[in-house]
Amino acid sequence: MRFALIGQPNCGKSTLFNQVAGYKAQTGNFAGTTVSYTESRVRVLGEVVEIVDLPGTYTLEGTNPAEREVLNYLASREVDAVINVLDATHLFHGLALTIELLELGRPLVIAVNMMDEAVRMGVRIDGPKLEELLGAPVLPLVASRGRGVRDVFVTALNVARSQHIPPRPNYARDVEEAIQSIAAGIDGQFAPLRGEAMAAMLLEGDAHFTQRVSSELPELLPVAREAQEHILNVRGQDAARVLAAERHALAASLAEKVVERHEHRLTLRDRLDDVLLHPIFGYVALIAILYLFFQGVYGFGSLVERPILAFFDNLEKWLVPLIGGQNLVGALAAGLLQGISGGVAIVLPYLVPFLVGLGLLEDVGYLPRMAFLMDSLMHRLGLHGKAIVPFILGYGCNVPAIMSTRILDDPRERLLAATLSTLVPCAARLSVVFGLVAFYLGPNIALAIYLFNLFVIAVTGRILSRMIPEDTPGLIMEIPVYRTPTLRNVLAKAWFRVHDFVVEAWPVLIAGSAVLALLTYLNLTPYFNLMLRPISWLLGLPSQVGVPLIFGILRKELSLIMLRQALGGASFAAALTPVQMITFSVFVVFYIPCLATLSALRRELGGKAMLGIAGLTVLIASLAALIARGVASLVL
Amino acid sequence: MYLIDASFGKTVRIAAFEGGRRLEAKLRQIGLMPGDTVTVVRAAPLGGPLLLDVQGRLVAIGRGVASRVVVEEIECVSH
Repeated sequence: MRFALIGQPNCGKSTLFNQVAGYKAQTGNFAGTTVSYTESRVRVLGEVVEIVDLPGTYTLEGTNPAEREVLNYLASREVDAVINVLDATHLFHGLALTIELLELGRPLVIAVNMMDEAVRMGVRIDGPKLEELLGAPVLPLVASRGRGVRDVFVTALNVARSQHIPPRPNYARDVEEAIQSIAAGIDGQFAPLRGEAMAAMLLEGDAHFTQRVSSELPELLPVAREAQEHILNVRGQDAARVLAAERHALAASLAEKVVERHEHRLTLRDRLDDVLLHPIFGYVALIAILYLFFQGVYGFGSLVERPILAFFDNLEKWLVPLIGGQNLVGALAAGLLQGISGGVAIVLPYLVPFLVGLGLLEDVGYLPRMAFLMDSLMHRLGLHGKAIVPFILGYGCNVPAIMSTRILDDPRERLLAATLSTLVPCAARLSVVFGLVAFYLGPNIALAIYLFNLFVIAVTGRILSRMIPEDTPGLIMEIPVYRTPTLRNVLAKAWFRVHDFVVEAWPVLIAGSAVLALLTYLNLTPYFNLMLRPISWLLGLPSQVGVPLIFGILRKELSLIMLRQALGGASFAAALTPVQMITFSVFVVFYIPCLATLSALRRELGGKAMLGIAGLTVLIASLAALIARGVASLVL
Repeated sequence: MYLIDASFGKTVRIAAFEGGRRLEAKLRQIGLMPGDTVTVVRAAPLGGPLLLDVQGRLVAIGRGVASRVVVEEIECVSH
């Protein structure tokens, strides 16, 4: 048994998914957080059901890869029931998708989410009437608080078992005739899709399905073309437009029948935008929010880092002589311990508050407002405001950032945004900047590195957008209402992301520390360092940075932890000058993305683009570090 | 008249889109269709996007896009 969750971006599908599946899907109060689909198994009334969280989409018309993915999934794999999640506060806009889903001919359950929000906004929805009009079960839902979740899945199980297929939407007669004329030539070849669904897509001239039909049922194409011409003659508009207008009109008439709007008093939330999107105060607020955010992360991190680091130092001093000091076992033990302490003391204290903060900003709905404020700036990078999403996600981890570039519409923009978002310092690199620069030289210099990073990204964006020119169509993006984040969701999301670090990166980190300890013990490190000597010489860094930089390609946080090892466990302050700390951090911020990011790049853009980006980042890193070295030597 | 020329707070009706199928499809997807009424509620400075109220929903569109949306004024001020 398999259910698919589908709905418009930001309607709360992923929140619903997480309610039943534990925390597995990325959620956030902006469009495009779920870019690939996540599957999970749950038990409903004793039956094991696979639940698939599909990326949010406004229509089944696939104009960008995220939307393509949804339709492909519904058309190609056996889904036993479709759960359509609608946002009660904007029912009308969600219904256009619902009408397309009715067309598909799959068992359908409609979950009207955010009922609490709707009540607050003075919107009342007549569920039973909607159910009657659509011919598919309609259920109320408050996914964020888990209300109504069980009913939705039990109903889905029922419609799936009985294979209850809702009736098709009622189009105008000429459109219906055109669809039927095509559907007459289809005899279940495209099951589980209803013949009329395929007919409607052919009528619209959907490129993907037209291609599929041309290989599977080529005799249908002339019929479809004839129907298209007929519509064009009768309506004076192409069929795609006519069908969209039909659905729009159907949705509007449905909404009119079931939605009742009462006046509601303007609340604080409605007035928040007067400040946060204000042409002047909006930017003041943006800077203040980001400043507080970084101060908070630093404040918490440094508070925790010192005592933990001290504890592990003492542990090492006590443990290593106990095992046997300078022999192989002792060296390995020290290496392992440093790997463990590196994770606990240097990475986690900054990563956890950062991710909690990012989760808060996401769930409140501030990120799209940042996109709104930053759009004109992003234009100067050859991108538009929507591309801020990969950038912001990039501060957490570059991998979801690169995956989220799928929400962008053209390939050029995706390439550009993916390239630039690998330059965004992720949480792992944050730990390097904070653990080294902020810890020893103060938070303001760390902030300066972040600002310098933005500058480098801007310059790179400008140069690249000149090299691959094409006009961008401009920003078109929904701005969600502010929502009060639930603590549970924010913490679950932070845990989901921390979990990644703990299970994937940390073992590599510990093993890496041990390998490095071994290399040091066997006196092999000089060879590796020699290989990277040209770079370390150029940047005025000690040659020992070579090995940490190589390990940094595995995981960025390794470069700092390994550096500690490579410098013989001495305090950074004793081994490096402030200028060297800054130069090293800047280089680490920009050079070759980590393995996970590289593989995401290969998946999204191909191997050639991945190698190109890796090469480019080494060049950028060297230049940026040189500039940082020059400026730091002058200032400090 | 184009949407970019509409004054703040004034509700206008979308008459047509100029500027290609792709742009039109994108606007359609976010729920903007000829015949719909929209209100420009704010604008980001320095050539930034416009913020529209589309029947209670907020949609941001760039000025380039707004200059390709043909709108007409309607009699009543609010819907």
